[in-house]
Amino acid sequence: MTAIAPDPIPPPYLHLHGLTKVYASRDGAVRALDQVSVSGAHGAFISIVGPSGCGKSTLMMIAAGLMPASSGVVAIEGARVDGPRTDIGIVFQSPVLLEWRTALGNVMLQAEAKRLDRTSAEGRARALLAAVGLAGFEDKYPHELSGGMRQRVSLCRALIHDPPQLLMDEPFGALDALTRDQLVLDLQRICHERRVSVLFITHSVAEAVFLSDQVVVMTPRPGRIDRLIDIDLPRPRTLAMRDTPEFSRYCREILDLFLARGVLREP
Amino acid sequence: MSETEPIPPATAPHLDEVAASVERRRAERAARARVSAVLAPTGVVVGLMILWEVGTRAFGVPVFLLPPPSAIVAAIAKHWWLLAVASGVTTLEIVLGFALSIAVGIPLALMIFLWPPFARAVLPLLVSSQAMPKVAVAPLLLVWFGFGLVPKVLIAFLIAFFPVVINTAVGLAAIEPEKIHLARSMGLGAWDTFFKIRLPDALPAIFAGLKISITLAVVGAVVGEFVGGDAGLGYLLMVANGSMDTQLLFAGIVCLTILGVALYLVVELTERLVIPRHIIASERAAGGTF
Repeated sequence: MTAIAPDPIPPPYLHLHGLTKVYASRDGAVRALDQVSVSGAHGAFISIVGPSGCGKSTLMMIAAGLMPASSGVVAIEGARVDGPRTDIGIVFQSPVLLEWRTALGNVMLQAEAKRLDRTSAEGRARALLAAVGLAGFEDKYPHELSGGMRQRVSLCRALIHDPPQLLMDEPFGALDALTRDQLVLDLQRICHERRVSVLFITHSVAEAVFLSDQVVVMTPRPGRIDRLIDIDLPRPRTLAMRDTPEFSRYCREILDLFLARGVLREP
Repeated sequence: MSETEPIPPATAPHLDEVAASVERRRAERAARARVSAVLAPTGVVVGLMILWEVGTRAFGVPVFLLPPPSAIVAAIAKHWWLLAVASGVTTLEIVLGFALSIAVGIPLALMIFLWPPFARAVLPLLVSSQAMPKVAVAPLLLVWFGFGLVPKVLIAFLIAFFPVVINTAVGLAAIEPEKIHLARSMGLGAWDTFFKIRLPDALPAIFAGLKISITLAVVGAVVGEFVGGDAGLGYLLMVANGSMDTQLLFAGIVCLTILGVALYLVVELTERLVIPRHIIASERAAGGTF
């Protein structure tokens, strides 16, 4: 990582600047992202919403340093990222657990990769699992857990090394509505307790508004930023808040954008 | 007033009782399934044996055409030492051929997986080597390596190594990309990624290849003995065939079958030791559900 330029004001924690991504494919170049810039302060919860194929997942892969951008810069506290970022925690849409490891073993994989002290890491892993309601399931294997439980294990694995940032790619997309609500509440609490920054990718407008400090609305392919919406609702947010006029106004604003862009069509 | 009497709530069983009785019935069903899993195939085999025995005697089938099971058992008892020595020789050939398949097949698969240009260069040759009938090569191997152990081991190897290579290479490549993304984002090195994630992920596929390979190694060893053997079960079969000793022929076939099943079970047992049982069970369940 190298510093881009000296700056009198401290740089934002996360700074994605002018990210463009074009994939080569047999049917010609695929333009996935076009000049996407997002920045967030320490501890900020930023959601990215947009239709399928708008490059949300590409954006996350680039932000994680797992994929190079065709042009543009990813910077963390002013330092340029040019390889996989190992300090962060990632949660994918599927839990991506190793079937041959227990819930605890899967969380500990992160600790092994980071060569953390085993005993203290195991204590933290057990505490984390308990904090997301998995006390007593530490020695269960993934196939013995429900989909929601597996995704909780995946969240614990992303948090065991106390990362400054979480990258989440539609983490609750495959879950039922009740489990989703519970995980959204758990995530809000955990992020608040640990002051962790989050870059959260979702299809769900309500989920984005509920969790975020800022919602980034993307256009259909090629993905551009349509609007940045700051969500000014008090925290901690409660489920009842979803019925308030303020909450509905934010959701309406995003839906209106989708209607205007033809992502949604009303008869 | 209605005719039916209302059911008094007191007689309704407690949920715990219902749960206990459901669990009891499940255990009984499982026990019955376990017993029938042993009894049914045993019954079929015993039934066929009786049919065979009675049929050959009733129709007076000559012994040199189809000996009854009792005559085969008698032949095994009479020639047990001959059969034991021959089985020992053949077992050695099979095991060495299988071991060579692993020793060559797994590194070859690793190179195919790790180095795409090598895969492109070697795969066509590998596939065409499988199209070629190995029996046709057997005489050539005899010319090169004589009549001893070596040509049989090589034929067993030639027939058996292909599934090891293909299953290992495919198994290593078949991992979900997210698992590799995850490893990279965790900062796991190439070595750890391979041994902690990719290899364990490929083990079920590798063992599927090994199980095919061990049965093929049996075929290879017998083919080698047919073509130019002076010992082993294949050679014994040729000798028995030449002297019209059909009982001994059947005795040899029985020994070969037992040998093949036993070696297969050894590989399966190893699989159970290497891959914990619940993984195999969960994969079976996943495969069976959909």
